[in-house]
Amino acid sequence: MSGALGRRVLPWLVPVSAIALWQLASQAGWLSTRILPEPWAVLKAFWALSITGEMWRHVATSSWRAASGFALGGSLALALGLLTGSSRRAETLLDSTLQMVRNIPPLALIPLVILWFGIDESAKLFLVSVGVFFPIYLNTFHGIRSVDKGLIEMARSYGLSGWALYRHVVLPGALPSILVGVRFSLGFMWVILIVAETISAQSGIGYMTMNAREFLQTDVVLVGILLYALLGKLADLLAKNLERWWLPWHAGYSPQT
Amino acid sequence: MNHLDLELQSGALAALAPAVGPLPAEPAVRPTERSTPAPAGRARGTRVDIGGLSKHYGQRKVLDDIHLQIAPGEFVAVVGRSGCGKSTLLRLLAGLDAPDAAGPRFDGEPAAAGPGDTRIMFQEPRLLPWKRVVDNVGLGLQADGRGASVRERSLQALGQVGLADRANDWPSVLSGGQRQRVALARALVHAPRLLLLDEPLGALDALTRIEMHRLIETLWQQHGFTALLVTHDVAEAVALADRVLLIENHRITLDERVALPRPRVRGAAFDTIEERILHRVLGAPAGHASTDATGAAASAASTASFVSAGANVSTKS
Repeated sequence: MSGALGRRVLPWLVPVSAIALWQLASQAGWLSTRILPEPWAVLKAFWALSITGEMWRHVATSSWRAASGFALGGSLALALGLLTGSSRRAETLLDSTLQMVRNIPPLALIPLVILWFGIDESAKLFLVSVGVFFPIYLNTFHGIRSVDKGLIEMARSYGLSGWALYRHVVLPGALPSILVGVRFSLGFMWVILIVAETISAQSGIGYMTMNAREFLQTDVVLVGILLYALLGKLADLLAKNLERWWLPWHAGYSPQT
Repeated sequence: MNHLDLELQSGALAALAPAVGPLPAEPAVRPTERSTPAPAGRARGTRVDIGGLSKHYGQRKVLDDIHLQIAPGEFVAVVGRSGCGKSTLLRLLAGLDAPDAAGPRFDGEPAAAGPGDTRIMFQEPRLLPWKRVVDNVGLGLQADGRGASVRERSLQALGQVGLADRANDWPSVLSGGQRQRVALARALVHAPRLLLLDEPLGALDALTRIEMHRLIETLWQQHGFTALLVTHDVAEAVALADRVLLIENHRITLDERVALPRPRVRGAAFDTIEERILHRVLGAPAGHASTDATGAAASAASTASFVSAGANVSTKS
C-alpha cells in the first residue's frame, strides 16, 4: 500500500476490525445484548434518536455547557497564567495557592458543588471551568517563562519594550505552550462534563444516557458513549488545526515532519 | 559576493612596507588607503570614549580600569583568550550590562536610555522564528513618514546583504550563514553609527566566514559607522580592523594598528601581522622562528618584524 494512502487507511484498521468482531460475537450469541448490544442495534438507535431531533437537542445542550465552561475557565486561566508568568510579584503572591488548589481533583468537589450551586446549570459550568483551568494556567505560565531570553535581550536592544515587546516576542514565544495547554483542557472538558451531567440533569447527553440506563436501553447508552467519543475527537481536531493555523512557522508542526 | 577571491601573493615583499606605517596624529584620520573616501564629519560614526571602566560579577573581577578611545568610523577588533572579558566590554558598550562606575561616553555624552544609534550583532542570529525574514529585519523600525515604508527599507537592507529574494521565508528554512546575514541587515536598516559585533561569525563555516568578512567590510566602507568586533579569531581581526586590541588580565595590553590596504587580501604582510598578534595572544616568547611557507625572505622579515614588535609591546603597559 503506498505511503499516503496507507497513512490514511491504516489507523482505521484496528477499530474497524474490532467492530466487525463485535458484530460477529453478538450475532453468534456469545455476547448477551444486555451486556453489550450489537453494533447494528446501536446504529439503529442512533438513527431513531437523530430523526426525532432528540439527540441533537441533547448534543447542543452538552456542547453549550462544555463551550461555556471552557470559555470561562480558559480565559481566567490564560489571564492568571500571563500575570504570574510575567510578574515575579504576582507569581510569589498567587502561584503557590493555585498549585495547592490544583491538586484537588475537580470531581472530588462534587458534593460541595451541589451544596453551593444546587443541581442546575451553574453547577456544571463551575465544574467544567475548574477542570479546564489548570492545564491552561500551567502551560501559559511555563510558556511565558520559557521564552528565549536571548530573543528578549535582542528585542530590547532594538528598542522594543513594554507592550510591543510582549506582543512581538513574549506572546508568540509562549504560544506553542499555551496551545498544548488548550489541547489538554479540551480533553478534560468532556470528561468533567460527562460526570457533571450524571449528577443530575434534565437535558444533555449524560441525561440521555442515564435515562436509557434506567430503562435498560443499552443501545442508547452506547450511542451516548459514541457521541462523547466523537465530540472529543472533534475538539482534538480543533486544537490541532489551531496549532497549524497559528504556528505555521514552527518546524515541529509543519506538514513535512 | 558570488565566489571567493583569495589571492596568495607569495613573494610580494613590497607589500611588507605598509606593515610598519605611521601612526595617525589625529583620531579622525584613517591611516590605510581604501577604495572609497573617508566618511565626512561626525554624522556617520560615533566617537567612543572609555575612561576607567571596570566590571565585577560578584567577587570576580572581569574588567579593570579600561581606557580606550575609538575615533568615528574606525573599525576596532578586540581579541583575547576565552573568558578574558572582551564580550563583557561589548555588552557594557551596548548597555546590556551596567558598569561598576564611569560608563562609556558616546560623542562626549553618557549613554542615553534605549538603543540610540548603537546596534548589535550577536553570536547567534537571534531571529524571531514567528516572523518572516522581512519582518525580522524591520523589527523596531518606526515609519519615518519621509518616504520609504518600513517594508521597503527592510527589503533594501536585505538587498544589501544579498537576500532580497528570501524576504518572505521563515527563518527556520535559512542556513546559519543566511540567518546571520539577515541579522546584519536588521542591524543596518537602522543606519547605526556604532555597530557592535559579538563574535557573529563563530558558528559559520570557513568559506561563509570569508564571504561575510568581505560583506561586512564593504558595508562598513559604504556606511561609515564605527565598528567594534569581538572575536577569538586573530585572522578575522586582521582582515577587518584598523586597530586590534588584546584584553589580558582584565586590561588592554595591546593596541596595534593594522596598516594594510583595503580590500584586505591575504599575503605575506597579512600573515606577518597576524602571526605577531597571535603570538602575543598566546604569550609566546619574542624571537620565535616563523614556520611560514612563503619563503625564507618572508620568514626572515617576519622574524625581524616580530622581534621589533616584541620590543614595542614590552614597552607598553
